[in-house]
Amino acid sequence: MYLIAEFFRQLVEDYPRWNFIWMYEPVQQEKVLSGIWMTIQLSVACLFFSVIIGIIGAFLQGSRNAIVRMVVQGYIQFFRNTPPYVQLLFFYFALGQFTPTYSPDGWLEVPIISNVGWAIISLSFFAGAFNVEIFRAGIEAVPESTREAASSLGFSRAQTFRYIVFPLAVRVSLPALNNNLVNLVKTTTQAFGIAVPELLYQSVTIWNDYPSALYPTMLLVFVVYIVLVGVLVMSMNGWERQMRIPGYGL
Amino acid sequence: MVSWTEKDPIVSIKDVHKSFGALEVLKGVSLDVMKGEVICIIGPSGSGKSTLIRCINALNDIQGGSIHVRGIDLTDPHLNKLELRKKVGMVFQQYNLFPHKTAIENVMMAPLLVLKEDENEVRARARDLMKKVRLEEKENAYPGELSGGQQQRVAIARSLAMSPDIMLFDEVTAALDPETVKEVLVTIKDLAQDGMTCILVTHEMGFAREIADHIYFTDNGVIVEHGPPETFFTKAKDPRTKDFLSQIL
Repeated sequence: MYLIAEFFRQLVEDYPRWNFIWMYEPVQQEKVLSGIWMTIQLSVACLFFSVIIGIIGAFLQGSRNAIVRMVVQGYIQFFRNTPPYVQLLFFYFALGQFTPTYSPDGWLEVPIISNVGWAIISLSFFAGAFNVEIFRAGIEAVPESTREAASSLGFSRAQTFRYIVFPLAVRVSLPALNNNLVNLVKTTTQAFGIAVPELLYQSVTIWNDYPSALYPTMLLVFVVYIVLVGVLVMSMNGWERQMRIPGYGL
Repeated sequence: MVSWTEKDPIVSIKDVHKSFGALEVLKGVSLDVMKGEVICIIGPSGSGKSTLIRCINALNDIQGGSIHVRGIDLTDPHLNKLELRKKVGMVFQQYNLFPHKTAIENVMMAPLLVLKEDENEVRARARDLMKKVRLEEKENAYPGELSGGQQQRVAIARSLAMSPDIMLFDEVTAALDPETVKEVLVTIKDLAQDGMTCILVTHEMGFAREIADHIYFTDNGVIVEHGPPETFFTKAKDPRTKDFLSQIL
């Protein structure tokens, strides 16, 4: 470890624009690591909730109640047709004003939803709107006749959805879902705008303090995202392979 | 629920009218089926025969007339479709198996989820049914790995797993090649000989003649002619029936 740190200390002596400061200075290193960890947490939480929103939304879109369908449609239109960054600012600065606060010590006023909380909510709803449409396309790809077969065997509407339509729809949806989730992971960088200490936020503080660390830190951000998205895509592809049905087109 | 005895028709259809929008597909159809009878409905495409049997398990609703299945009134707004569908099994032209489940899982699903029966009992029964349709060695194959005829036999086993009183067959051999048609027909014949009440929509005239107790000929939304196969095929009176039979036989 000491040798590696020494190598990068020497590197900046020889090439002043290539200051890999977080390779030898513990404070900066801590920033980078906590930034990466925050990005991972943010991504996992948003992936999870956006998929849940997608499933629930797609199920509600098939509702017999026109008002329910209209609400889902309105949600999709709003979140799909407006920029995610604006949504994030709106959630944090506008809605954040109205959330209740609590006081841990009698002086401070701390809102019950933190900026991290708002980032998760906002980005989940943003990606969720796309997921609803993705799952809807998958659901529509399940032939009506397959549904009829289930209902003629006595399945209820909910059972037909859960055991027949949904498992088939997921398989159809996976490639498009894959795409959207990749975008979601990258969109988490916008949480920077409401001071969520994720990787980009931490990186900017580093290169503001140490302009000589600009190139190496930008390089780091690219590499981290390439790896994170790579892991996501690999696991999604593995899931796709695992779900493949022998003799079936998908 | 209306009381039903074995002396009453198990399926009683009276003056049924059915429209899809402005198109009237059934224009007053009546027929009775007794327990254990095998009924074949034949007729040209678009004559309403598939619509008719889809009405018997309430996949289609009707606009006029009445249908009773084992005393259950299908026009009742509080109709318990689950009760009805426990009694009526249906097999479709395109098999409609669940592609993500193996053959035996297809057969087991409805008894497990709908009837909430014990898994070991259901599995044992599903094995027997797979044997009955002569596919015991294909239990763990997925539908996509089976031929059309094999898929259709799994579909028959799947319906039988609910122990229905009546089986509906909607042109079940129409999508099959001539060689595999036979294996499906043999399966249906076995069922009929075991005393299952069967209602078939079919284009297999030879088969209809062989197994049917009664044949109905529909054209343009009405039953034009009906009778036992001997008289139906040789002594048809109606000109449309004669015309149809002359083209087919």
